Amino acid sequence: MTAEVPLHIVLGLTDEELDAIRGKLSREPNDLELAMFSVMWSEHCSYKSSRPLLKTLPTKGRDVVAGVGEQAGVISIGGGLAVAFKIESHNHPSAVEPYQGAATGVGGILRDVFAMGARPIAVLDALRFGNPADARTRHLVDGVVRGVGGYGNCVGVPTVGGELVFDPSYQGNPLVNVMAIGLLEDGMLTRASADGPGNLVVLYGSATGRDGIGGASVLASATFGDQDPSKRPSVQVGDPFAEKLLIEATLELIARRLVVSIQDLGAAGITCATCETADRGGTGMLVDLDAIPRREPGLEPFEVMISESQERMVAIVEPSRWEAVREVCTRWELPVAIIGRVTAEPDVVVLTAPDGAGALDADGRPVPGAVELARIPAPALASEAIVFNRESRAPARRRAAPAPGAPAEQSDSLPVRGQDPGAVLLALLGSPNLSSRRQVYEQYDHNVQANTVAGPGHGAAVLRIKGTTKALVATTDGNASVSQLDPWLGAALSVAEASRNISITGARPLGVTNCLNYGDPTRPEAFWALAEGVRGLADACVALGLPVTGGNVSLYNEAPGSAIAPTPEIGIVGLLDDVASRVGPAFCADGNAVILAGESGPGLAGSEYARLAGRAQEDAPPVIDLEREARLQAFVREAIARGLVESCQDVSGGGLAVALAEMGMWGGRGAQLRLGVGDSPAVALFGESPSRLVVEVAPRHVPALHLLARQYGIHTDALGTTGGSTLVIELAGEGATGAAEERGSRIADALQVSVDDLRHAWEHGLPRALGWEGEDGEGAALPRPEAAR
Amino acid sequence: MTARVGIVLFPGSNRDIDAVNALRIAGAEPVVLWHESVDLEGVTGILIPGGFAYGDYLRAGVIARFSPVMRAVASFAAAGGPVLGICNGFQVLAEAKLVPGALLRNRGLRFVCREVALLPEHMDTPFTREVGERRPLRMPVAHGEGCYYADGATLDALERDGGVLWRYTNPDGSVAGPDDPGNPNGSLRGIAGVRNAAGNVAGLMPHPETAVEAILGSDDGLGIIRSLVVSAAEYAATGRIAGTKQLAGGAA
Repeated sequence: MTAEVPLHIVLGLTDEELDAIRGKLSREPNDLELAMFSVMWSEHCSYKSSRPLLKTLPTKGRDVVAGVGEQAGVISIGGGLAVAFKIESHNHPSAVEPYQGAATGVGGILRDVFAMGARPIAVLDALRFGNPADARTRHLVDGVVRGVGGYGNCVGVPTVGGELVFDPSYQGNPLVNVMAIGLLEDGMLTRASADGPGNLVVLYGSATGRDGIGGASVLASATFGDQDPSKRPSVQVGDPFAEKLLIEATLELIARRLVVSIQDLGAAGITCATCETADRGGTGMLVDLDAIPRREPGLEPFEVMISESQERMVAIVEPSRWEAVREVCTRWELPVAIIGRVTAEPDVVVLTAPDGAGALDADGRPVPGAVELARIPAPALASEAIVFNRESRAPARRRAAPAPGAPAEQSDSLPVRGQDPGAVLLALLGSPNLSSRRQVYEQYDHNVQANTVAGPGHGAAVLRIKGTTKALVATTDGNASVSQLDPWLGAALSVAEASRNISITGARPLGVTNCLNYGDPTRPEAFWALAEGVRGLADACVALGLPVTGGNVSLYNEAPGSAIAPTPEIGIVGLLDDVASRVGPAFCADGNAVILAGESGPGLAGSEYARLAGRAQEDAPPVIDLEREARLQAFVREAIARGLVESCQDVSGGGLAVALAEMGMWGGRGAQLRLGVGDSPAVALFGESPSRLVVEVAPRHVPALHLLARQYGIHTDALGTTGGSTLVIELAGEGATGAAEERGSRIADALQVSVDDLRHAWEHGLPRALGWEGEDGEGAALPRPEAAR
Repeated sequence: MTARVGIVLFPGSNRDIDAVNALRIAGAEPVVLWHESVDLEGVTGILIPGGFAYGDYLRAGVIARFSPVMRAVASFAAAGGPVLGICNGFQVLAEAKLVPGALLRNRGLRFVCREVALLPEHMDTPFTREVGERRPLRMPVAHGEGCYYADGATLDALERDGGVLWRYTNPDGSVAGPDDPGNPNGSLRGIAGVRNAAGNVAGLMPHPETAVEAILGSDDGLGIIRSLVVSAAEYAATGRIAGTKQLAGGAA
């Protein structure tokens, strides 16, 4: 930073923003005030570009007890219990320092959850990287996975699910989105509102150091330049052991009613925690800079005020409770200090004493000669922060999705006449995005706390609730490849798939948390993608009756010369009233009927098949009928509640063939099936048109299931029967391929692969892609895709 | 009468939740013992749970062994009381020299969380007496430093004196050597858990306390937890435990 560059520019503020700050203060801000504005008005903290869009999301719900604007959404699940959950990004820190970036991402979202009074019971991590064969990608994957595990394993919160996706668009800018879920008794709900002038502002947890200076403004709110290493000091360093103590101390403080409110310190550190709590309470604060425990001497005031040192919390405490609060924190070996007082006048005032020995007296009055370093109205930093209405423009080369009912395009690629579609299926199962994630999730403790009924690897995670018959079901889903073609459709598909993954277990989806990962909002095309994504998110949530209870927006996800595919990451938590009624995605028994519920639509664009085989020129992604999606999910929930379903899997990545292969592999049995392929076997087998389920039904329940489907207006096809050690799919129809058709038959040679071969391709795909073969006792030389054919 | 079984709580312990749940299911009264207290509150059995005691930044269990509560646990053990250390608890007991051997970083150098099968060596010990028929038991491991190591002479002595309580097994039922798929961490001779020479202190890396309910995938661990509870009750009633006299000597 040279002398010519004005400070506000160095801090990442524009001239326009500086003028707005002058307006808020009716004077020139001093350097400390400027630093505080720069972090609070960062995209990360202020949502200055996205706030107008987010206002359009549906947030109301019968059971929502805390929603958007709180540290995490909270939804009542009856019986005096509620669930808190939220997803948040830590993309930029992870790109700079993968281990600490991911680790502190886990720590930050856990604090959001237990600050509400909930004990964290699960973490899900949605990770996206570039080419898995690339050395830097492998470095990032290894560091991020170790970071998520290193933190989550130590704090004792199971990592029960998530995603791992590879796409070239993430090459320069990986995505690390972490979702945390907590369970609380109704009485524990705590909000971050600084009520009661005269109350103490108490800081507890780790001491404040120089790490994470300007993380929110420098890192999270700018695209990457060429000097990424220079940003490393902006990455925070995590201490999961301190976090574990922080969890226990915080939950004890809340359970014993010792605090008025609690907020965690994340982005923008003490500045954010003080001004946001004051703003919510309609109050102000006197902050005693001298009283803040330091990790090292010689910290500048602005460093103390904006440091993002981890594992810290701010509590608002009635003076009479102070001794008890101190005892709890001390017992848990956490530094604790009174750093200020809540005031009636709505200013956040930062004070220091000339001798640096404390600016407030025992009654919270400034000591004689105390110096006022900063005075800012709390709303100016928080709820009344600057907002921009960015310019939005659709890119020129945008191809609209075809209208529903548009004719299926001729597939111009695999499987072609005479080629074995089984080879395509094996290649898909072994591909980086569809193969087993075992080598990753085995590095995460996924059963600590003894609640994990279904962990990672086989669809949505299921967590029983001790002392009840209930269970929570959780998933994250994000469809970026379709978002890249049509951001409205991609976001709608993401919500639909996440909700579907909850419904096929029999659970009722409760609400949505979302992490919107998009590009530079000052580029009209990038902002258009964000606007369309939010519109798709809102439309899908309304159609499916799901409230949005919170989330996070991550913009500027761009490396030099490339923006990420728009990535709306959707997290949904569902409730299963009786965990015993849960349905899984694995074939249960031989001789059961295999039924496809829902109608297949045209379009291969954005599918894993297209990624593998190349996309037809004029192809478009499959469309979604949200009303039909809602009916399908209501249908499957009732079918499961009535005990008609043995197992169920939704049709998503890799299409129907992959869904059937998964049910077979996971159930250790094959199936004899017959599939009408219309005029495109590729679409029928590998197309990813939404709103479809594969259902395994015992013979005696088949009529009831078809009847129920008719009542919901859901089309069903009987595909065949479970059993044997091979997955057999006969292809019928004009588009059927193979020698048999050439013999004039209407039936093609079948897709026919043994379950063992399916499993082999699926299990070895990821370690092969990442070059992890041979690790941890893993298999010998693995076959190339060609060999598999 | 229900046995009072203590759960040692270090800062950083995190499987204490699982341990309380398992002990209740096994019919015991769980009593949480804070790391700074030397008062065992009259418990007649002790379970040291998993986690990362004091953060385990230096080496697993190395700090915990110096805590006040461990002094009390050591004298409780010397008096013949039953003590079971699970995962981090096993690491703490090994660091405290209350059980033989050491736990090194996993052979794969990565944290590993997966279901394993372990076969009890002896069915008449304070920690296996309630297991029932001798068969492989399915339960999870979740650790980064679980590779059991001791020098050859110690291993031979352990095997000779019946000090090996559990071994990892392969799908075909054979003992899982360091490089076998059934061995999650490279433990020598497939050793998953051992006991001291007196027989009243044992540790294992897998998590029986997390495998006590079928809904969670396996209840094969309940027999081990129930064995501890029964031994604690016997110790309360008689001041000694059957099965701890077979071995000579009082120290590991």
